[in-house]
Amino acid sequence: MANGIAAKASASSAARGMTMQKLMRRRSTTAFALALPLIVLILTLVIYPAFYAVYLSMLDRTMAHFTGLRNILFLLHFDTFWMVVKQSCLFAITAVIFKALIGFVSSHFVHNLPAKGQRKWRGMLLVPWVIPTAMSTIAWFWLFDPSYSAINWILAKFGIEAIPFLGVPGWARFSVILVNVWYGAPFFLIMYLAALKSVPDQLYEAAAIDGANWWQKVWYVTLPMMRNIIAITMLFSLIVTFANFDIVRILTYGGPVNSTHIFATWAFALGIQGNNIPMGASVSLFMLPILGVAAYFILRDITRRGSSV
Amino acid sequence: MAEVTLRKLVKHYDTTPAVRGIDLNISDKEFVVLVGPSGCGKSTTLRMIAGLEDITGGDVLIGGDVVNDVPPKDRDIAMVFQNYALYPHMSVYENMSFGLRLKKTPKDEIARRVQNAAQILDISELLERKPKQLSGGQRQRVAMGRAIVRDPKVFLFDEPLSNLDAKLRVQMRTEIKKVHQKVRTTTVYVTHDQVEAMTLADRVVVMNGGNIEQVGTPNDLYHSPATKFVAGFIGSPAMNFIPCALEEAAGALRVRLSDELAFPVPQDRTSRYRSHVGRGRLLFGLRPEHIMEQRPHLEPNQTPFEVELEVTEPMGMETLVYFLVQGIEICGRVNPNAGARDGKRIKLVADLNNIHLIDDESGKVL
Amino acid sequence: MSATAQAISSVPARRGSLHRSRRWALLWSYFFLVLFAIFFLMPPVYMLIMGLKTSGEIAAMTNPWWVFHPTLENFKALLTSTQYLTFFRNSAVIAVAVVIITMLIAVPAAFSLGRMKFWGSTTLATGVFLTYLIPDSLLFIPLFKIMAWVHETTGISLLNHWWALIIIYPTLTVPFCTWIMIGYFQSIPKELDEAALIDGAGYIQMLTKIFLPVALPGIIAATIFAFTVSWSEFLYPMAFTVSTDQLVLPVGIVTTLIKGDVYNWGQIMGACLLGAAPPLIIYAFLMDYYIAGLTAGATKG
Repeated sequence: MANGIAAKASASSAARGMTMQKLMRRRSTTAFALALPLIVLILTLVIYPAFYAVYLSMLDRTMAHFTGLRNILFLLHFDTFWMVVKQSCLFAITAVIFKALIGFVSSHFVHNLPAKGQRKWRGMLLVPWVIPTAMSTIAWFWLFDPSYSAINWILAKFGIEAIPFLGVPGWARFSVILVNVWYGAPFFLIMYLAALKSVPDQLYEAAAIDGANWWQKVWYVTLPMMRNIIAITMLFSLIVTFANFDIVRILTYGGPVNSTHIFATWAFALGIQGNNIPMGASVSLFMLPILGVAAYFILRDITRRGSSV
Repeated sequence: MAEVTLRKLVKHYDTTPAVRGIDLNISDKEFVVLVGPSGCGKSTTLRMIAGLEDITGGDVLIGGDVVNDVPPKDRDIAMVFQNYALYPHMSVYENMSFGLRLKKTPKDEIARRVQNAAQILDISELLERKPKQLSGGQRQRVAMGRAIVRDPKVFLFDEPLSNLDAKLRVQMRTEIKKVHQKVRTTTVYVTHDQVEAMTLADRVVVMNGGNIEQVGTPNDLYHSPATKFVAGFIGSPAMNFIPCALEEAAGALRVRLSDELAFPVPQDRTSRYRSHVGRGRLLFGLRPEHIMEQRPHLEPNQTPFEVELEVTEPMGMETLVYFLVQGIEICGRVNPNAGARDGKRIKLVADLNNIHLIDDESGKVL
Repeated sequence: MSATAQAISSVPARRGSLHRSRRWALLWSYFFLVLFAIFFLMPPVYMLIMGLKTSGEIAAMTNPWWVFHPTLENFKALLTSTQYLTFFRNSAVIAVAVVIITMLIAVPAAFSLGRMKFWGSTTLATGVFLTYLIPDSLLFIPLFKIMAWVHETTGISLLNHWWALIIIYPTLTVPFCTWIMIGYFQSIPKELDEAALIDGAGYIQMLTKIFLPVALPGIIAATIFAFTVSWSEFLYPMAFTVSTDQLVLPVGIVTTLIKGDVYNWGQIMGACLLGAAPPLIIYAFLMDYYIAGLTAGATKG
């Protein structure tokens, strides 16, 4: 009896064989299928264009002839290029440092408040991050306007001379960094606030008994415990700030006299508006080394995160 | 001199009272344990002594000085936390020397003190390791080492053994006692475990609901509890409580537990209890260890009686027996060879020298 | 009861050193937080003030921080301007479409990468995360060329059409949303899988009937993120769309409303405020999900 059933079963399975149905039931196939749209999207619209950019950078202006590294060499000898490099680095590093600092300091203040108040203040202080950058940058643009600046109006009340926020290279650089810090600091605030909550209270009590005052507590307890999250957020922000476009484009459009151009805006100016796609591509590519280094450190920290403490 | 005095100490959280007025004198070099159930206020009291909680009313004195407004670091105390609170990114050596480094103590002095403490606690080989590389018991020892290094007037322990497994707890208990013998510092120790209290303390403070129920040596608390709470809290398995009636017959007193069961009151207690004859809401208290197996030779005031056993629990060195009186489950401890078995009728002996009569309304032991 | 009440009133209120230093810390905290709040909230408040001003009042250069004759005419003009409404509509349709596409791609992918371990899944997950780090400012030039090429070869015009952005935007949203969802999916205990398998569920059923409901907070957070990014994106539409009726909100306001000498700044600010309204409203109601989405990236999984 049993043999008969077994015989029947094996016969029918032999008939089906390795059909699509069987393939579908295999777990790894379903898994791969579910991830397929993601893979296709990334391959076609991210990876391929990235490589295509490399190819594009090696064409000449008409995009008909292959010129190899000529564009890149040209840039390396171009003064404006080096100014853009300096400006991008200055912009990114300064902005990230200030964002982290303000975020760190303000997270402590919010953490000091009673729980109910924390939610309110946190909600208020995150607003810059929520408003689309383009809209808020336009507001800043108007706040910096040479004739109508509301900030200068206040300064005038104190007898301080009007500041040419966007008219003079030094101040223009300052303004661009200021707006970026204004926009990005709340993100650091939120991240650090969450991290602060994970430091056990008893460590602070033990430090209090050991004789630590408030800043020693920050230095010996808070900072070491938050080392990882600080590193990750700063690296993240470095990448995003380095590749920023919106703020500079709207505030200064790279001016005055190219002093505030960063890679993205200059690439846009050269590539799309100057109609020199290969040159624009070459400029963008120079971002890659920095992005790669930062990404490497981020990866290393994320994988290391679980094992510390 | 490192005495600790608490005078009418009160703590309120908003309007909720946590500690309701405590008076306590702890002598120099004494090991005092605050024990009680969760929420009784023992940890709060300890933290007020440490300076980690504000004092709502009353005073804390350390070494004769009022320290209410003195911050923790200036009170010359050291604390061992339940969760050890070791700095995770510092080595054992750095953990132990942190307080001294903050005070800018010279390096060789630091080294001397740390090595000394490490030797006492037997952790000298662990000095370069980080906390995450240590076991629970080792971490606890490092936490104690940190306290010893500070050479304070008072040690404060906040339930330090609660996070350890049972076996380790017994081991560490002995360690702590040995350390106290070597480093004779005044110690205030908080625990919810009455065994720890009884084994470690010079004196035990039993707390309940923000008040002190009784202060005394472990012996005092065991033999002469002042309230029902203390009587039931100290000792494991807990004391048996049976509602009873006090009768007088021909000049002698008798305690009646049920229609079938009554015990004569020992002669030396007659005068003490006579005034309570006929009183309602009396409880009869007797510890399981004073309900024993039948024996050929009885001491005075040891009375036999017979019961049917409900359950028996063989523990190896003794057997716990359970029987019903008035529907209440009573526990006794008998010799493992006494032939005790579930459902068996057996003769037991009650040692009436150790009975307690309790007024159930006030909770006071008569 | 009364005894306790008496005890409380008869105990003199003591202010220990601990309490004093805590009060100081609280005061200083509020002081600095107010300063920070002023700094962070100044621009949006200014947008509102300006939006309520008439062009006349702006030109008169009176106190820029106060509205003497508030008016809603700027907002009315915007809401009746077909141009502005076109921008709004374009942005809205793109945002909604992109959110749907993103979730359709990200959720299954996250489920697969997070719970169904197959060969290469961890590498793929890390790879997904890394692509988030490739910025739009690197890809916009090659994408521009690619879109031109598509037009040449197939005749489909992608450039200067707002709906083409729906294809591009997911590259910005999918990697991070997948990353968030992976974290949420991984936090669901393994036993749920096994119980479902015993109950006879296939993987697709497990996804829809068990995991989606449990991971709902993550889904909401990811949706909010995708919406906000789509709404705010500036570089891609700046590069790929030119005609006025094809513009989305951020680009539209910047390029068309700012006409140099025309002092219509009241209207521009009003436009900015209205343009910022959708993300702000979502934030006001779903703040916790919003923040959860932010922190999920760096702290989860």
